[in-house]
Amino acid sequence: MKRLNSLDDLRALQAELAARGEPEVPTIVIPAGTCGQASGADEIVRVMRQAIESDSLEGKARLRVTGCHGFCQMEPSVLVEPEGTFYPRVTPETAARIVKAAARGEAAEDLLFVDPSTGLPIRYQNEIPFFSRQVRSILSRNEKIDPLSIESYIENDGYAPLLTVLEKKNPRWVVDEVKASGLRGRGGAGFSTGLKWEMLADQPNGTGRFLVCNADEGDPGAYMDRSVLEGNPHSIIEGMVIGARGTGSTQGIIYVRNEYPLAIKHLTSAVEQARELGLLGENILGTGLSFDIDLVHGAGAFVCGEETALIRSIEGKMGEPRQRPPFPIQKGIGGKPTAINNVETWANIPLIIGKGAPDFEKVGTKGSSGTKIFSLVGKIRNTGLVEVPMGITIEEIIYGIGGGPSGDAGIKAVQTGGPSGGCIPVERFDLPVDYDSLSEAGSIMGSGGMIVMDEKTCMVDVAKYFMNFLKDESCGKCYTCRKGTQRMHEILEDISGGKGTLEQLDLLEELSGVVKDTTMCGLGQTAPNPVLSTLRYFRDEYLEHIENRRCPAAVCKDLIVYSINDNCTGCRACVKACPQDAITGEKKSRHTIDGAKCIKCGACRSACRFEAVEVV
Amino acid sequence: MINLTINGSNVSVEEGSTLLEAANFMGFPIPTLCHMDGLSSYGACRLCVVEIGEGTRARLVSSCTYPAEEGLKVRTASSRVVRARKMILELLLASCPQSKTIQDLAAAHGVRQQRFRQEHEDCILCGLCVRVCEEQMMAKAIGFRSRGEERSIGTPFDVRSDECRLCGACMYVCPTCRLRCTYNEPDNAICGGCENLSPPCLAEGKFEDMMCYMDPCVACEIREDT
Repeated sequence: MKRLNSLDDLRALQAELAARGEPEVPTIVIPAGTCGQASGADEIVRVMRQAIESDSLEGKARLRVTGCHGFCQMEPSVLVEPEGTFYPRVTPETAARIVKAAARGEAAEDLLFVDPSTGLPIRYQNEIPFFSRQVRSILSRNEKIDPLSIESYIENDGYAPLLTVLEKKNPRWVVDEVKASGLRGRGGAGFSTGLKWEMLADQPNGTGRFLVCNADEGDPGAYMDRSVLEGNPHSIIEGMVIGARGTGSTQGIIYVRNEYPLAIKHLTSAVEQARELGLLGENILGTGLSFDIDLVHGAGAFVCGEETALIRSIEGKMGEPRQRPPFPIQKGIGGKPTAINNVETWANIPLIIGKGAPDFEKVGTKGSSGTKIFSLVGKIRNTGLVEVPMGITIEEIIYGIGGGPSGDAGIKAVQTGGPSGGCIPVERFDLPVDYDSLSEAGSIMGSGGMIVMDEKTCMVDVAKYFMNFLKDESCGKCYTCRKGTQRMHEILEDISGGKGTLEQLDLLEELSGVVKDTTMCGLGQTAPNPVLSTLRYFRDEYLEHIENRRCPAAVCKDLIVYSINDNCTGCRACVKACPQDAITGEKKSRHTIDGAKCIKCGACRSACRFEAVEVV
Repeated sequence: MINLTINGSNVSVEEGSTLLEAANFMGFPIPTLCHMDGLSSYGACRLCVVEIGEGTRARLVSSCTYPAEEGLKVRTASSRVVRARKMILELLLASCPQSKTIQDLAAAHGVRQQRFRQEHEDCILCGLCVRVCEEQMMAKAIGFRSRGEERSIGTPFDVRSDECRLCGACMYVCPTCRLRCTYNEPDNAICGGCENLSPPCLAEGKFEDMMCYMDPCVACEIREDT
């Protein structure tokens, strides 16, 4: 690719790509992010490619392999453009038929998405409730862009916002625009991005400034950032170059976790292409702006998402937080001023510049503007990534977009904000999703994880799960965080094991308060949240475990007993399923479970087709 | 100079001072386990927390790491601080009951019981030994490893470090005696093992140029008994 040396060169390239214009051929878009690949998207790509070749459909249909579109429950899915026909759960067998139908401009009616509430097929993606209720300003770009091609990004209005920024004489315009947009950091704390950039730009000029993209997404069950990194890496790069222009930064770093190999691959290729084209490096587009981006791979520590730990990790030291002040904005990497923003924040920057701050601010609420991506997981029908305007109610997300519970049991609560967040009970689902409302309810927005729990979820078990995660992931520097999380986990184990006492419950609460109060970084300060929020809304469940030695959700293994009731037909399905040989009984007569051998794995219950296995 | 208020008294300290230094200057006692003059501040033990700010914005910070700021209002013994300190000491007692330093601190703060399951660990990972080794002895022979529950202090790959000069500074600063005596296994020890001026360690003849900071040292005798 020829290096672009001026703004005019970029304009010329834009015009050239627009003129080249792709012919109006049906395009089959296959989301093949990590989630898509895991469910078999690569095989679909292969079969479809073969189908196009063998049936000589070149010129009548073509493929575009992109990042994740968000509807993970239905993957591998494909989308046929331009009309937007959506096919869920494509198999290698049905893939060829979809190609042929697409080439004829038709839809394979029997393969379309079926609305579970009406039982009727829905052809177009934007009519499916999961998609129609979202505002997908970031995620929808994933559909258009081939993440391995910078040309594909430029064709889809990429780097046009950068052009706008570089045309302005005053670099401060960028900071003012971002400030006016009301964008708040999408990483969790929700600090105003514009304000952060202003502080960075105001730092005494000298030895250089850093911009960092925090792509160390470590919350269990959250993968919003991964989809953006994989599907649209150039939006991050463009955001950072725009930020560099506004704040006078010279060096950018993308700190990406090593567990995201596909994201690293796409980012590496994107940075190389941008550098080749002259959009990164010395004297970008002849404007005198010099800014380059390095990739740093995180080594898998959750705490390195905390900004001071992240900085130490980038410096090659052990990832542990330090006291703030001084804040990274004053003294960051190598003592130089550093601004750290989350992936989604960076992805929002080109959008803000592209459509203007006033338009961006119109979406969302007064204190929380724009859209937010949530990863909707757990006991929910439509697992996936959803992008919604701030201020939407939890109810709308869970029932409207998410389609309600996945099983028979009703939804009990949703955990937002990952391990540092809290549980919000179903009675409070009318709560609008924005930074302030969630924190008032005892949870946090966090980076956007939403784990849905139904009546079969034990809240003590949930708290225990998160505490187990945190005691492993605490860096161990602060005594109260290290020992406190261990002790909280120990007490929760006692309670779920039927050995808890009311005194221990008081101690748990007291300890939670002290851990929250006395630790240095965000991890420790929010570590007790899973305990505190479940205690706040589900104290009766704790008491049931302690006073009656009973787990209402029938989850805590020490408090439940498996037995077989009269429904048993003696089919021996459970006998075969049991890994412990704990079930005995003649064929066609009622079986029994030997409590001494039973490890309460639930295999018999899953195997039984007559609801004969009971848990009490 | 920076002007701030500690427990209602005005104080001026040099820029760059920590809250702990300012409070010590005024004579307000603040307990610490991981702080030592001459070593950099680390903020691991959290015992030195003080309350800063007012109203809903009031919060606890570790005074050994927090810099004195103009106009800051500091409370070194508010009920919130005392409650936190007592809990920290209770946690310490529960995990490390043998340390004289911890016992004394707990007694001084009126902690008479601990409600957790009793453990018998030694090291509280305060990091004094790591810092004294690096900053005063210029050796960097030991360091932290791993995180969370797995966190520990030791030499790389747990072999005797060539950087270690057996100076014993790590043992000297240790508040819980973890590194004091390793009896007669010098090859496995961080410092090389302790040497008492009187038997029975000496009888082993393995330690030629060391001295013990524990006087009288009984650790090796205890081990022999068990």
